[in-house]
Amino acid sequence: MTGVHAIALASALATLTVIIELSRRRHLHPKYAVLWLSVGVVVAVFAISPGLFNRAAHALGVISPPALLTVLAALFLLIVCVYLSWEVGRLEDKTRVLAEELALLRKDVEDDAAGGT
Amino acid sequence: MVPAWNEAESVGMVVKEAAEAVPGATVLVVDDGSRDRTGPVARAAGAVVITNPFNLGVGGAVRVGMRYALSHGYGVVVQLDADGQHDPRDIPRLLASVEPDGPPQVVIGARFAGEGEVSVPRARRLAMRLLARYLSRMTGEHLTDVTSGFRAHNRAAVAIFARTYPADYLSDTVESLVIASRAGAAVSQVGVAMRPRYAGRSSQSAWRATAYLVRVLVVLALAVIRRRPSSTEPEEGPP
Repeated sequence: MTGVHAIALASALATLTVIIELSRRRHLHPKYAVLWLSVGVVVAVFAISPGLFNRAAHALGVISPPALLTVLAALFLLIVCVYLSWEVGRLEDKTRVLAEELALLRKDVEDDAAGGT
Repeated sequence: MVPAWNEAESVGMVVKEAAEAVPGATVLVVDDGSRDRTGPVARAAGAVVITNPFNLGVGGAVRVGMRYALSHGYGVVVQLDADGQHDPRDIPRLLASVEPDGPPQVVIGARFAGEGEVSVPRARRLAMRLLARYLSRMTGEHLTDVTSGFRAHNRAAVAIFARTYPADYLSDTVESLVIASRAGAAVSQVGVAMRPRYAGRSSQSAWRATAYLVRVLVVLALAVIRRRPSSTEPEEGPP
């Protein structure tokens, strides 16, 4: 095992540890935990047997496996970021509707308390 | 209906003038999470006040107001700014061109329609002209001031906006007209004079104006390609 593979394996294991610990403390939603756990497992597998990744790259017609790795990683992160932006937007919309609803309900409650229905 | 955010210095006057201008009308102030005394001042001036738990932006405040008006059975909703730049004495002129129970209708109190004196930076003026031209074509009506927050809505228009009033920056004025127009509402304008603000900072430096122009272009592009917003509320409960 060469240096770069050792580093990859170490980071994969660190990722898995952190993710498992976060889920254990209920700080991470299962759907995100599953996502990052799979990433950790995939990286660990390729770190342990680098030949597997090289063969996969050559099978796809890629001459330099590290280049494929870089492209895939960038693409994956991009997709995750876009997904999270979308999720944040949806949450903002929901919060906004809740806030509006709360404002209107508070008004109704005040009116009731003031003695009319 | 007056959306207000940190306008304690001017909101009281606006409420009093509005009540004088249209006797018998309810003045509703939507206090959009102000940190000053906007809410208490408006209430003391005789307004019905709804308080948002935090700042939702003009669009969010307007939507709250529209939903309140709809569930309490008001016929026509006039929206004006809390900073005093819209003269409440113009409200009757807006009301004169609104049919309360007709098909959906929005009447804009336009600041450039030959009345009043306005000076604005060039970039902002260009942005406004672009917007006006686009929306004029869309609505088939000659509009000159589409970013005006001085508007009258009849009952049918209020029903549309209570569900779909857009909350993003600038969309509250521009995209709302696109939505109204696509939903079949008639959009027209009445000239009004604009007054200097009683209080509050004017947001019109040259840089800001240019940034504004860029945002306008983005909003316009989005308004064109966007689908109509889906209802923010799946079911409408009883009031």
